[in-house]
Formats: sequence, C-alpha cells, structure tokens
Amino acid sequence: MPFIPHTENDVQAMLAAIGINSIDELFDEIPGELRIHDLPEIPAAINEMEITRLMYERAARDQSPLCFIGAGAYEHHIPAAVWQVATRGEFYSSYTPYQAEASQGTLQLIYEYQTMMTGLTGMDVSNASLYDGASALSEAVLMGIRANRKSRGKRILMPTSVNPVYRACTHGIVKNQGVELIEVPYSRDTGLTALEALERHDGEDIAALVVQQPNFFGSLEEVDALTDWAHANNALLIAVVNPMALAVLKPPGQWGGQGADIACGDGQPLGAPLSSGGPYYGFMCCKEAHVRQMPGRIVGRTVDADGRQGFVLTLQAREQHIRRSKATSNICTNQGLVVTASTIYMAIMGPEGLFRTAAASHANTRTLLQRLVSIAGVERVFAGPFFHEAVLRLNRPVQDVLAAMADEGVLGGYALGKDYPELGEALLVCATETKTEADLDRYAAALSRALSD
Amino acid sequence: MLIFEHSLEGRHTASQMPTAVDGQSAAAALEDIPAGQLRKSKPLLPEVSELQAVRHYTRLSQRNFSIDTEFYPLGSCTMKYNPRACNSLAMLPGFLGRHPYAPPRFSQGFMQILFELQEMLKAVTGMRGVSLTPMAGAQGEFAGVAMIRAYHEARGDNTRDEILVPDAAHGTNPATAIMCGYKVREIPTDAEGDVDLEALRNAVGPQTAGIMLTNPSTLGVFERRIREIASIVHQAGGLLYYDGANLNAILGKVRPGDMGFDVIHMNLHKTFSTPHGGGGPGSGAVGVSERLLPFLPVPIVGKVNKEDRVLTLKDPAIAGQAEAFRWLDEKDLPQSIGRLSGFMGNAGILLRAYIYMRMLGRQGMPRVADYATLNANYLMARLTRQGFDAAFPKRRATHEFILTLKRQAKTLGVNTMAFAKRLLDKGFHAPTTYFPLLVPECLLIEPTETESKQELDRFVDAMCEVLREAEASPELVTSAPHSLPVRRLDDVRAAKDLDLTWSAAG
Repeated sequence: MPFIPHTENDVQAMLAAIGINSIDELFDEIPGELRIHDLPEIPAAINEMEITRLMYERAARDQSPLCFIGAGAYEHHIPAAVWQVATRGEFYSSYTPYQAEASQGTLQLIYEYQTMMTGLTGMDVSNASLYDGASALSEAVLMGIRANRKSRGKRILMPTSVNPVYRACTHGIVKNQGVELIEVPYSRDTGLTALEALERHDGEDIAALVVQQPNFFGSLEEVDALTDWAHANNALLIAVVNPMALAVLKPPGQWGGQGADIACGDGQPLGAPLSSGGPYYGFMCCKEAHVRQMPGRIVGRTVDADGRQGFVLTLQAREQHIRRSKATSNICTNQGLVVTASTIYMAIMGPEGLFRTAAASHANTRTLLQRLVSIAGVERVFAGPFFHEAVLRLNRPVQDVLAAMADEGVLGGYALGKDYPELGEALLVCATETKTEADLDRYAAALSRALSD
Repeated sequence: MLIFEHSLEGRHTASQMPTAVDGQSAAAALEDIPAGQLRKSKPLLPEVSELQAVRHYTRLSQRNFSIDTEFYPLGSCTMKYNPRACNSLAMLPGFLGRHPYAPPRFSQGFMQILFELQEMLKAVTGMRGVSLTPMAGAQGEFAGVAMIRAYHEARGDNTRDEILVPDAAHGTNPATAIMCGYKVREIPTDAEGDVDLEALRNAVGPQTAGIMLTNPSTLGVFERRIREIASIVHQAGGLLYYDGANLNAILGKVRPGDMGFDVIHMNLHKTFSTPHGGGGPGSGAVGVSERLLPFLPVPIVGKVNKEDRVLTLKDPAIAGQAEAFRWLDEKDLPQSIGRLSGFMGNAGILLRAYIYMRMLGRQGMPRVADYATLNANYLMARLTRQGFDAAFPKRRATHEFILTLKRQAKTLGVNTMAFAKRLLDKGFHAPTTYFPLLVPECLLIEPTETESKQELDRFVDAMCEVLREAEASPELVTSAPHSLPVRRLDDVRAAKDLDLTWSAAG
C-alpha cells in the first residue's frame, strides 16, 4: 500500500483496541446513500519507477527553447546550493511555526529574509511574504485604503503601465469591497506615467497611487516626481518593484521627498525558477507607521525564559485565526519554501552578486537591442532608459514572427497586442545575465530571417 | 548567530558571478541609466562565502521539527509523508525552465499533466469543473465565495448579503466572506458536534447568499445531517461552500458533490501531500457544480481538437495530433471571476500533487481515508483509556479528534499550552492547540495514514508520561520546553518592543 506502513497484524490489533471488526465500521456515521465504492475515472496506481519515466517523457516533450520572454517572470541562474538546502526535509516538511520553540530554523530564516527585503527596498519593515506579485498588489491596495487616514474613499490610481495581469488580478480581488481602480494612461511618447495625466486628479480624494518600476514596458518611471505628487495630494504611494532591479535602482524607500509608503512585487527573480509561473512569492514592505495594517505573517525577535535570543510570529492580532471577520486579510500561509530558497539565494549572491547580475542583465538587453534595431523592420518604441526589458515594433505581424522564431527554438518575447493594441505590432523582449553572446546572435539571426521571409 | 553576523565587507562568491560584466565594468554597464535613478549605496545583504551560507542554513534547518524528523500530529493540517519523488520529478529541468508564457507547442507535456489533474480532482470530489489557479486554501475560499456572489449577481439576485458560517469554522471562512463583500452570521453547534439545524432554519432567508461548511467539521466528526443542511440552504436560495480542509478523511468514501455542495476548495498541500514548506506554498484548487461552471477562475487547461478557434491546424501543438491542450481564458469563460495570480497559480506544486495522485491510483485513494481514520480512532481509544477526555466521546473520530484538558488544567494547573510544550521535549510536534475555539483547553490530534502503529504507541506513551509529570511535578511541565534550542519565548515582548529586522547597531 503506497505510503501506508500498516501490517495485517497491526490492523487487527488496532481494530481490537477500538472494539470493532473492520475499518469500514469507522465510516458508519456517513449516511449510506452517500457512500461511494469505486472511483472508475482514476487510473490505476503506478509505482515510482513508472511515474519517473512518465514525468521525464512529459518534461522532454516541452523541449527547452531559448527564452527571451520576461513580462513578469525572469530567467536567472540559481546556485545549486539554493534548492538543495531549501528542500532539506527540515524546511520542506515543516509547517507554519505555530510552536516557536520547535521552529527556530524557519523563524530565524524569515527574520533574516525580512531584513534583506527591507535592505533591498529601503523600507522599514517586511512581512514573511504573500502568494505572488499580482496578489501582493491587490493586498497592497486594500492595505493602502486602510492605512491612509487622510482619505475617506476607496479610490486608487492605477497607471496602465502597470503589468496588465496584476491590474486584472487586483480588480478581481478588490472589486467586491467597493474599491475603485482609476486608470491613468501612459504617454505614447515615453511609455511612462506622465505627471500631466495625474494632474487631472489634483485635489481629489485618492487613497493611493500605484507606480511600477521598471514598468511593464521595462522603462524607468520618474518615480521621484510621481511619489511627490502622491504625497502632495494626500495619497499613499504603492511601489511595485522587481527586487533584482533594486540591486542597481534607487529603492522605493528613497523615492521623492518622503519615500514610498508600501513596496511590493514578485520575489521570483531572487532564486525561484520560471517553473511555469509558480510557486513564486509576493513580497511586501512598508513604513513602520503602517505595520499594523500589513497583511500576512510577521516574525519578531524576542528572548526566551533565560534571556537568550529567539524568534516568534508576532502582531498576530491582525490575522484571521485571531480576528476572524475583522482580520486585515483572509491570508493564512505565506510561500515559506520559496522564501527559504530566496533567502539562501540572497545570502549566496550578496550585494555584489546581485549588483553584477542586475548590471549584466541590463548590459545584455542593451546589446540585444542594439543588434535588433539594425535589422530592417525593427524599431524601439520608447527611447528612454530601461532596466532589462524593452518594447520593439516590427513591420510584420508579431504572432507570425514569433511562430517563425519558435520553429528555430527561440522564444522571441511577449506579444503586447492583446493588452496594448494601440502600440501596433509590439513585442516585449528581455535578455537576462543567462544569455551569452552566441544566444544574442542566435536571436538576431532568427528575427532577421523571420522578417525577411 | 544571524547570517549578517558572519558577513565581512568585500567577500563574495566568485563562482556565482555572471560573465557578461566584471567588477569594474558592472558600473560602466549602467551608464545609460540617469544617475538620479540609480542606487547610491549597496543594500544590507550578507557578504559571505557559499560554504558559510550553506552551513548557516543547514544548521538553521536543524532547529526545526518536521515530518521527516518527528511525528507531527498537527490537527487540521494533514502532516503526512511528502514522497521525495514528488519533489525530484517536479524539479526536472524541463519543468523548472518552462516560462509561463511559453507557447502551446512547448507546453503540451506540462498542460497534459494539469488537464489530467483537473480530471482526477473532479472524479474524487464529484464536481463538474475544476480550476487549479488558487494559490492556497484561503485563496480557494475567496474564489469559491466570489463565484457564489457572481452567480447571484448574474441572476439579478442582488439582495443576498450574508454568508452563514458555523462557529467551529476556521478563521479564514469569516475573513473570506468579508473580503467578498458579505456580512457574516454565525451558526451554533449542538452538543453532539453537529450544526444546530433549528438555528440554521431560523437564520436562512432571502438575505442568505450561502453557507461555508467543513465536513468532517473542525470538531473531528462527520456532519451527519448534511443532506438536510443542503436542502435548507438551497430552499432559501443559497449555495453551499465546502471547505476542503478535511478532505483526507473521506477520500474515496463520500464526495462533496454528492453531499450537495455547489463549490469546494481542496488543500492540495494536505490531502495530496504537497509540501508544507515551513508555511507554504499551499495550493487551493476549486471545484464547482454545473451551475457555477461559467464562473470558474482562469486560466484552466482545456483539451481541444482540430476545430478549435485558437489552436489552428497550422499550430505545431496540434498538427498531426487528434487533440491538444491550451489555456482557457476570459474569452472562453466571459463570466469568470477572473484571475487570482500572475500566471497559473503554484504550478510546480500542482505537478507534485499529480505525481502523488498517480502513485496512489484508484485503489490508493480510499485507503488514505481508511488508514487516516483507523489511526485517529486508535489513538482516541488508547488515550481515553489512559485517562484523557475526548470532546465527543460518543462519536466516531474522523481523521482527527479532540481531547480536552479542561479537567487537568483545573486540578493540576497545567494547561494545554504547557502540555504541548512538554510534548516537544519528548520529541513529538504538538497537536493543534486551542482550536476549535469552542472546546476549552483542547488538543486537535491528526495522526494521518502514513504513521505506523508503533509510532502512535510511542506518542501515547509520551502523552501518559507528560500526564504523570503534570501530576507529580507540574512546574516541570509548565516551564517546558527544556531540551530545545530555546526555552519558552516571550510573545508579549515581541509584540510590544517590535524588532522585525536586524541592524548592525543592534
């Protein structure tokens, strides 16, 4: 019996101890007419050798194309030690540290994680993580409404340069609480959220302004001016950031005169493999004044009965298992295992490793763009500074070009037509530090052929 | 020591540095970014060698209790063995390297797995459709209640503003109802642990959007009059939501769909053994009955044939194939409650659940319920014989059961918290304490099917030892733990003098 250790003798002894004759008697409180006795649609059991072969075949079927897609999920090298240590049984098969004394490993690790995330974002405090970047933004929006004492309404300014899936996800999660997400158009010249577009809302009751840096086009927003506008209008500033970019870019805690109020995003670039979109983790940091409005678990350092340092879950009075219907969120777990890996990743890479990884990603994308714009029929759409992603416009239908490149085993980027039809045949490309000169050449050659066919 | 206390300025892991830039050229590579956009000082991250990092986190791991190292009978959490194959096969390079936006031709292997997982989950729950995107039980609950709301709204039935929740429910239930814009009304439990039907009849009405139920309930007993409950709520026009926290108890025995539930979530990290990971990632797939199919969250994996409007004959994913798989999105389900995650939920966790389910197979599913229930009833029988009080002694235990230490707390001055801490000293993770809230001084004990009789016997011995200690020298118990890396921690100080990040200044 897979994963069940009982011998026949064990079963007989246990039934005798209970005082029954068969296991089936244990289910006698279930109304008989509801019982089922077979699951014909479920395939018969296969053993580990057979499932191993099956999974190898399925994985191989998807091949390993050379990937230049970003759009919220980024390929970075992950040191072998990261997941080897993170999947040690003591991390992998433990649970939420309800018994703090028996969970000091996980608790100390989260405390270190919180410290690293505040270091990267320049914010005061961090939680222990949320599900992913998209859902973290929706929690940040709800938190911004709770935390802004100067705003009475539930209106949020949401630029269209923010990741469209993050916006859709946030809409779905907050709409039933009467939150209004007001779109702010981006400038067609720069791809950035223009101050002029915000000024239409001068003096209105706005709970928070969301700013993504780099934005969905890979471009760098004028974060100082946007942050100052928000604060001048009594709105909080919610930063959505790529944590890898923060190794080189100004952290949200230093944006404008007062800094962002909440910073969130997806932690995937810090040690989580692409893995078809998950598991990743959402991170959330904020100013200390707002910590009691923050959702999710938080770890604090304290002392034990002998005065020794130790770690516990703290501020639990915000959470659903205590507050029930008055909790800051229904969120229960964090993404513990991925946070574990990410913390180990940051420790191994250190400030220098992250800095060089971010710089190399930027340099590779710049090199790629230089090669691509020299191809006839390719132009950059926005001229301004970028991190490791940028928008190209092609003189052929993007879908056809991508299909032709895929025939050569190259994933050429993310087609923007569905979310931004006004940009025409636009393509979002990304080249991280994982790409070699030869990879960039291969991309350029494939694109060139696809356009000249 | 904290990792930061191992840090030394200027140390780095050379073998992990990218080759496109070196120490000098990295800064030069950023010249085209305006100075005002750049970071001025390096972030506070440790500067350690790879060995230092590996040793530090390996040592930290050794300060955890886990399923792999200790019996972990944490009620309501289903801490069963996580087969290693589920992890190693989900981490094959082909799966790890797949970008979520890879086109269908590079995704058929992955999508076939998800499709088959959807089908298996439909079969074991008796539901008509499944979406795998919710990233945890609480998000599955959100999706479920949001679908209930979307259903009523689509019918123009806008007066329903209340969700019913039994008083024994998990805290996520009421919190979820609020997030979906509903009011919450609590329904009491009767002395036998069932929902109070009279109170339920009085509570339902034209304001009732639905009820959220866990069955078996959090009290460790099967809700026997579930058909009556379904009938009362349905007659009032409300829908039934099934919280799948305790699905392990009934796998292959009885299905939520047959009980009358309209929408359910499953905790794949419980019933289907994906890792708990120190508190996540969870995975909270949702299932629905016929009438809620249009509202499922997207994306869903669909199986399509050559007539599909999206995957045309030209697409290599389907060329030469009778059928292929593609994502169903908002265009396919225009009434969907939408997206809950950036991509496809916790995709890698879904792979682990699939692998586990294939190894269990048709015969293995009901065995899970059989042996989880046998273990729980055996433990309850042995412990009550040793002088412990069951909260519902006349009922069958399901996959878990509740002891109450109310008597011991009163006569010996040793409460449940102290009892739990002393169990840690004996090498057992404590059961869930003080939940559900309506049973005083309770321990919620869930052994799971993967523990042997011999391990259960050792646990009974440990419980008896603690009880004897509580009688002979209560201070030994009330001051526990004594043998762990730290003794009892000061929670009050942690919340009062907030220390949430390390700084060099201390």
